Amino acid sequence: MSILTYILGWPLLAALALVFVPRNYRVIIRAVALLATFISMLLAIKMFCQFVTGHAGYQFEQQIPWVESLGISYHVGVDGINVGLILMGAIVAFAATCCSFEIQSREKEFYILLLVMSGGILGAFASLDLFCFYFLHELALVPTFIMIGVWGRGERKNYATFQITLYLSVGALIALIGLIALYLQSGANTFDIPKLIEYVQAHPLAAKAQNFIFPLLLFGFGILVSLWPFHTWAPLGYSSAPSPTAMLHAGVLKKFGLYGLIRIALPLLPLAAQSWMQILAWLCLGNILYVGWVAMRQKDLNLLIGNSSVAHMGFIFLGIASLNLIGVTGAVLIMVAHGFLAALTFALSGYIYQQTGTLEMSRLGGLCRKLPFIGTALLMAAMAGCGLPGFANFVGEVTVFFGAWSQPSLHVVTVLAVWGALLIGALYMLRAMRHVLHGPVPEKWSGIPDASNVWRKLPYALLLASLLVFGCFPRLLTEKITPDVKKIMGLTAPAPIGNKMMAQTDLSNIRNPQSAIRNQ
Amino acid sequence: MNASLMNLEIWVVGLGLVLMLADVFMPAERRRFLAYGAIAALTTMLVINWGHETVGTAFNGMFVQDGLAIFFKRFFLVAAILVLFLSAEFSDRLATGISEYYSLIVFALSGMLFAASANNFAMLFVAVELITVTFYVLVSFQRNRLVSLEAGVKYLILGALSSAFMVFGIALVWGTTGKLDFGELAAVAAQFADNKIFLLGVLLVLVGLGFKIAAFPFQIWAPDVYQGAPTPTTAFLAIGSKAAGFVLLLRVLFTAIPGVTAHWTNPLILISGFTILYGNLCAIPQQNLKRLLGYSSIAHAGYLLLGVAALSASGQAATLYYLGGYLFTVLGAFTVIGLVMRHLENEDLSALGGLNQRSPLLATTLTLAMVSLAGLPPLAGFFGKFLLLKAVIQQAQVTANHGYYCLAFTALAGVVISLYYYFGVIRAIYWSKGAADLSPIALSGPAKFTLAICIAGMFWFGLFPNTLLHLATEAVTALK
Repeated sequence: MSILTYILGWPLLAALALVFVPRNYRVIIRAVALLATFISMLLAIKMFCQFVTGHAGYQFEQQIPWVESLGISYHVGVDGINVGLILMGAIVAFAATCCSFEIQSREKEFYILLLVMSGGILGAFASLDLFCFYFLHELALVPTFIMIGVWGRGERKNYATFQITLYLSVGALIALIGLIALYLQSGANTFDIPKLIEYVQAHPLAAKAQNFIFPLLLFGFGILVSLWPFHTWAPLGYSSAPSPTAMLHAGVLKKFGLYGLIRIALPLLPLAAQSWMQILAWLCLGNILYVGWVAMRQKDLNLLIGNSSVAHMGFIFLGIASLNLIGVTGAVLIMVAHGFLAALTFALSGYIYQQTGTLEMSRLGGLCRKLPFIGTALLMAAMAGCGLPGFANFVGEVTVFFGAWSQPSLHVVTVLAVWGALLIGALYMLRAMRHVLHGPVPEKWSGIPDASNVWRKLPYALLLASLLVFGCFPRLLTEKITPDVKKIMGLTAPAPIGNKMMAQTDLSNIRNPQSAIRNQ
Repeated sequence: MNASLMNLEIWVVGLGLVLMLADVFMPAERRRFLAYGAIAALTTMLVINWGHETVGTAFNGMFVQDGLAIFFKRFFLVAAILVLFLSAEFSDRLATGISEYYSLIVFALSGMLFAASANNFAMLFVAVELITVTFYVLVSFQRNRLVSLEAGVKYLILGALSSAFMVFGIALVWGTTGKLDFGELAAVAAQFADNKIFLLGVLLVLVGLGFKIAAFPFQIWAPDVYQGAPTPTTAFLAIGSKAAGFVLLLRVLFTAIPGVTAHWTNPLILISGFTILYGNLCAIPQQNLKRLLGYSSIAHAGYLLLGVAALSASGQAATLYYLGGYLFTVLGAFTVIGLVMRHLENEDLSALGGLNQRSPLLATTLTLAMVSLAGLPPLAGFFGKFLLLKAVIQQAQVTANHGYYCLAFTALAGVVISLYYYFGVIRAIYWSKGAADLSPIALSGPAKFTLAICIAGMFWFGLFPNTLLHLATEAVTALK
């Protein structure tokens, strides 16, 4: 049994076990959920440490046939691209379970759904089988809808539930058609990703077929990742969701689409990727500039965070659109960093909402004095969101910008995106912090408690620590990511002009952003 | 002449007669046990026959026992067993003659078994009539209820109309070709491919079958009849009668007239697409749960037709697989409806309010059934839809017919629309306000058993598709 099977198996097994626990055993239900996600997190850390850098091929692989006649199998394994994502997912899952204090009604169902969601998404990232990959993602997606509908908050809860359900299902189904078409077109009669890549390398798909399938995957996955202009489900959905759900979805589940693009679309459909990337680059400006601008206008803290999380997706898309080693490496870095960041901000806003009953910024103020721990954590999260050095996001964004700049056709886009990152992001984040954390404390919130004991502080501290660790030692990730991204870029024939740039710089030894800068 | 092939049918008919006679000797309060007797008998037949079916033909090829027939016979037996469980729970609603009700279900079952083996137009007509005529009675069984009678009359008129079409079509086919046997017909059909009268005859037969499966534009009866009929009848109609329609459709299209079918790609695509859209769109505003499921069953007829329209073995196998998953899903849903709404006059969605407090098991089953109908993993509906879509896209790539891509996207649109109303049902269960009645619902042992079987079926076919997929793939090798 591979360690990956245990990482995703523990939450799913715990979910199954909880079905048989009577609903009034609240402590036991909570303890089981915490224990399962904690073990899963420890195993993920262990796996991350044991990962052999530079090892060719996949590690911790396991394959069990599932439906032989169609070539479907349960196949898990990690390489540099998903090892960080799985670690991030496991940490966020544990943090989300810790933050589920706020759920007071129907806890049994909530924890079951939360565990299914965690197991499903970890499985989706670990999968090396197209069918499994999609199946486990859907498995994680369905609980999201139910959780928002039942435990959500705000007046527009019902609307938000239906919107997110329909929107994300459309995205998932479009991607499904794309994946089925890809499977059939390849003629390899297997859903196994490594085998498919190998087969397609020998028998490349016709350009016409690629150009038909690629947009299905791009927009199907794009809807799932809130690519502009298909992003409108995200801010409202997240602001209506209970915070553990928002943490897991915005942090982890949303990265599925991006991961799918890097893992499947780029290596299998290289020709189409070349021609569609220019369009993707312009669309991602919509995320960075337009959604950033929308975020500036928000009066509700959660809507602001939701919009900012959509805006951050733009940087990842830009990294993918640059189609070179640095850019895609940066994209993977931001995926990991943003996972921690989104989870942290939604957890903190959830805490504030629980204490004050509102997230309207005009009604909050001075919370830093009353809630020193939460306030400081929120401030640090905001700084990470602005891309301050020292946090993992900075590393990723800088790398993405270098990658995008080295693609001459993306110069304009890059310049505009840098403005978006520096100016717009800082503007709305700092303004929000001033409203929420500084100024006089309204009378009615003079008595609200801070996160008092270690248990309450744990999830926030854990997420912050992860952001800082990967911010200060990005090499932990980059040295794992680069060899495998290089492999994928080798399959995706580089663009004619970008090729020259790639040749000039030896990019294989990016240790950290500083050396990347020196290389440039 | 090999009458031993018909053992199963003979035993089932015998069982129906015994049930009818037992009515005379059984005191009224014990008649519930007749259902359990019938269930035991059918289960015994299923188990004894499983794996021991002999393949062959009887009555000069009128009756065929092949992989497809065997697959569907098992299917019908399982459906009838679960429906009988449901009827036993429902028996106190039927004021008169409950044992007749059981025997009618068993007779309808025998009709379905014959339909699975029909290899001749005369046999096809007899089987269809045996099913339809028993259903006339089953639908209007609650004689003291106006809606039930209304449903019965509607089903009678439209059913008779479609039977008339079908028999007229058969007459035209026979008149032009002189053949009734599917095998013989297939040999000569190519010569008649341009004969307008022959084609009209085939078309009329398909109209009759379209009525059975409630495909657009022959679906008009379904919502009214589903709503008015007693719940066990609706359940049997939704699964048994529809599956019988599909097995006959597959036989006619792919063994009797394969040469003609090959030219009918586009009409089949259109019918499938319209059926999906019609069923799903009309289901949106429904407030009556059984009516909603009536429209959803139209939509599912459309999904099942995807596999038929694909005109490929993988499409046919996908249809069979989908039916297998649909069996447990639909019966789970109707069992819950039957149990919750036993004592209510209107079967509105609002009656589901607070169900998760009244009975968590019922709430869970209905939720899972809705999720499976919507086609979300890890339940049976997902894998079925996956196979159907795969078959359609495959055919699109093989034939380069863009209609297939349109069909795939129509199916996708249908799935998204259906999420809206299926989630409406789930919402009614979990978070509707002001539920009037919060008294717990007591469940009998057999009812719990039925629900457990349905849940297990939904999960099993969603997570371990191998067995059923293998059976379905084997079964369709019987079709050319």
